[in-house]
Amino acid sequence: MFMVGIVGYGVYIPLYRIKVEEIAKVWGDDPQMIMRGLIVEEKSVPAPDEDTATISVEAARQALKRGRINPERIGAVYVGSESHPYAVKPTATIVAEAIGATPQLTAADLEFACKAGTAGMQACLGLVKSGVIDYGLAIGADTAQGAPGDALEYTASAGGAAYIIGKDDLIAEIESTYSFTTDTPDFYRREGMPYPRHGGRFTGEPAYFKHVISAAKTIMEKEDLKASDFNYAVFHQPNGKFYLKAAKKLGFKMEQVKPGLLTPMIGNTYSGATPIGLAATLDIAKPGDRILAVSYGSGAGSDAFIITVEDGIEEKRELALKVREMIKKKVYVDYSLYAKFKEKLKMA
Amino acid sequence: MREVAIIGASQTKFGELWDISFRDLITRAGVEAIEDAGIEGADLEAMYIGNMSAGLFIKQEHIASLIADHAGLTPIPATRVEAACASGGLALRSGIMAIASGYHDIVLVGGVEKMTDVVDPTPAIATASDQEWEAQQGVTFPSLYAMMARRHMYEYGTTREQLAMVSVINHENAAKNPKAQFPMEITVEQVLSSSMVADPLRLLDCSPISDGASAIILCPAEKAREYTDTPVYVKASAHASGTIALQDREDITRIDATVHAARKAFKMAGLEPKDVDVIEVHDCFSINGILAIEDLGFVNKGEGGLAFEEGVTRRDGDIPFNPSGGLKARGHPLGATGIAQAAEIVLQLRGEAGKRQVEGAEIGLTHNIGGTGGTAVIHILSR
Repeated sequence: MFMVGIVGYGVYIPLYRIKVEEIAKVWGDDPQMIMRGLIVEEKSVPAPDEDTATISVEAARQALKRGRINPERIGAVYVGSESHPYAVKPTATIVAEAIGATPQLTAADLEFACKAGTAGMQACLGLVKSGVIDYGLAIGADTAQGAPGDALEYTASAGGAAYIIGKDDLIAEIESTYSFTTDTPDFYRREGMPYPRHGGRFTGEPAYFKHVISAAKTIMEKEDLKASDFNYAVFHQPNGKFYLKAAKKLGFKMEQVKPGLLTPMIGNTYSGATPIGLAATLDIAKPGDRILAVSYGSGAGSDAFIITVEDGIEEKRELALKVREMIKKKVYVDYSLYAKFKEKLKMA
Repeated sequence: MREVAIIGASQTKFGELWDISFRDLITRAGVEAIEDAGIEGADLEAMYIGNMSAGLFIKQEHIASLIADHAGLTPIPATRVEAACASGGLALRSGIMAIASGYHDIVLVGGVEKMTDVVDPTPAIATASDQEWEAQQGVTFPSLYAMMARRHMYEYGTTREQLAMVSVINHENAAKNPKAQFPMEITVEQVLSSSMVADPLRLLDCSPISDGASAIILCPAEKAREYTDTPVYVKASAHASGTIALQDREDITRIDATVHAARKAFKMAGLEPKDVDVIEVHDCFSINGILAIEDLGFVNKGEGGLAFEEGVTRRDGDIPFNPSGGLKARGHPLGATGIAQAAEIVLQLRGEAGKRQVEGAEIGLTHNIGGTGGTAVIHILSR
């Protein structure tokens, strides 16, 4: 059996940021308490002309720079998001057209709250492994919605990452994947509702932690590995606190999980969160390093991956902008501009 | 009037019980109480269930029959009793009266609340205050008790640290109670640095949002020995109403319903505060622990804070207070609290309270408050 894994990866994070202090000022919250409680300092804000489609296209272009493949050989494009610009009409076709992958491919949008991006990676893995396609492109991207005044407003941000999955010229092998899924209504948005609703504290123990920890523990047991066998681990990161607590519960040390923790700087990019965290980890990993990646999507489920970095990483990662370099490029907006950008102000 | 005895008692774990439904909570508590009493479900003649607001918390009314049905107890008469946070205490009193009057011989009294199915329970809890004069003006329970605390500090020099000691002592006891929601110790410094809720009350001054249930089996005192070697006798059951809204009170540092109910209870039992070995009082906020020991007559008005500061209310002190951990640390599933308080006293009087046992306890008192004192229910129990 041939190896299957990551051929190229790319990330896009919007230029704009808003600080927790700025949001807290509007709602009369104590910013120190929020920063301490959520472990988040600022979040990315999409420009008025950015949406999940543009973020996905940009991330895909970065992935192609690293993958160095002919886009016509991509046989599947999956875009996972909970903020697809259209309710009917796929984002995936926009991306496929923009990168020149059309028309000989399958394409679809996926939705599984914050884990639809990793679900797309699994679909691509299956198609590549079975020989149906040569390359698959899986993207997780969002322009997340948080109602004004809701706790989510401090974290709901924008960004995305794209992964080209294939079997040749790998920068990392995906050794194994495992998913843990239940029907748990911790966070949801019905058709036509502008903002999602969440179950408050219910989103913690019975939702995020139960799924992330079960998925991580099971995949490690199946592969007979323990936390110390990994160089790095990255988890879904709705805020910094959940991420670090999950890491601690699973026995990972700070130095293993810190490279993948970006929410404190860019907020929760939802479907983009685990894929961007993994990309930031690939940015610094050495050939032979082993990485555990575990996503989480409300509703609820977790996809876990065990990834081993290959020699190709050293050269290929230099071909596009690294995550932390991208994060450094930023312009702050105040709440009024943010409200305009996010279309919270309704113009006549 | 017949004397009444408690022959069985139980309490579920209190906490965020995401995987246990309302009906399962009370059924589990009921089954355990039945087993504890050594009877069978078929022996029950009636059931009284304390519950504050299933309608707002889980959108379910008509809960008494729902519970009888789910527990397989139909067609026994099942009654829901509601008096806000004193619903449990009042359900106990209702069961006691049903036996004292001779109507029934074996009665189950229970209390249950499922509070974590709503994201924000504050508006539901606020219905225990005066909707027109308090809740609709934006006042919530923490702010009502904060006003009472502020005035108590002003009138009697009660300090912020003394308030914190109420929580510290509760947590000391809860650390030894495996059924408590927060079985861990805390320090005064932790209380003082916790998030501000309603000045001067901070997060660790406030009882939590809890799921839980508790149940007790009652029978006539003369039959109690047929079921158990360790019956607990009801020496007094007293109930008083008071003003719902704070602005109608002569003095907001005193809960008159407690004062009246305590007077009646001690008279009925032929006892005085000094005769009581252990108390379970209603401290939904730290200030209420101080008000309670004053209004019950254990200390003079204004000296409650000092009693906590000096540790008089510790388990080995003169006034062993809330060995269960109280509302603060055991948890406060509103309708279940009054029953859970009595269940704790039953354990204490039987000498079965394990590491939190108050040595040699023979007489215990429970004090259950509705709202900010619109209802007070007091029971005195003895070995």
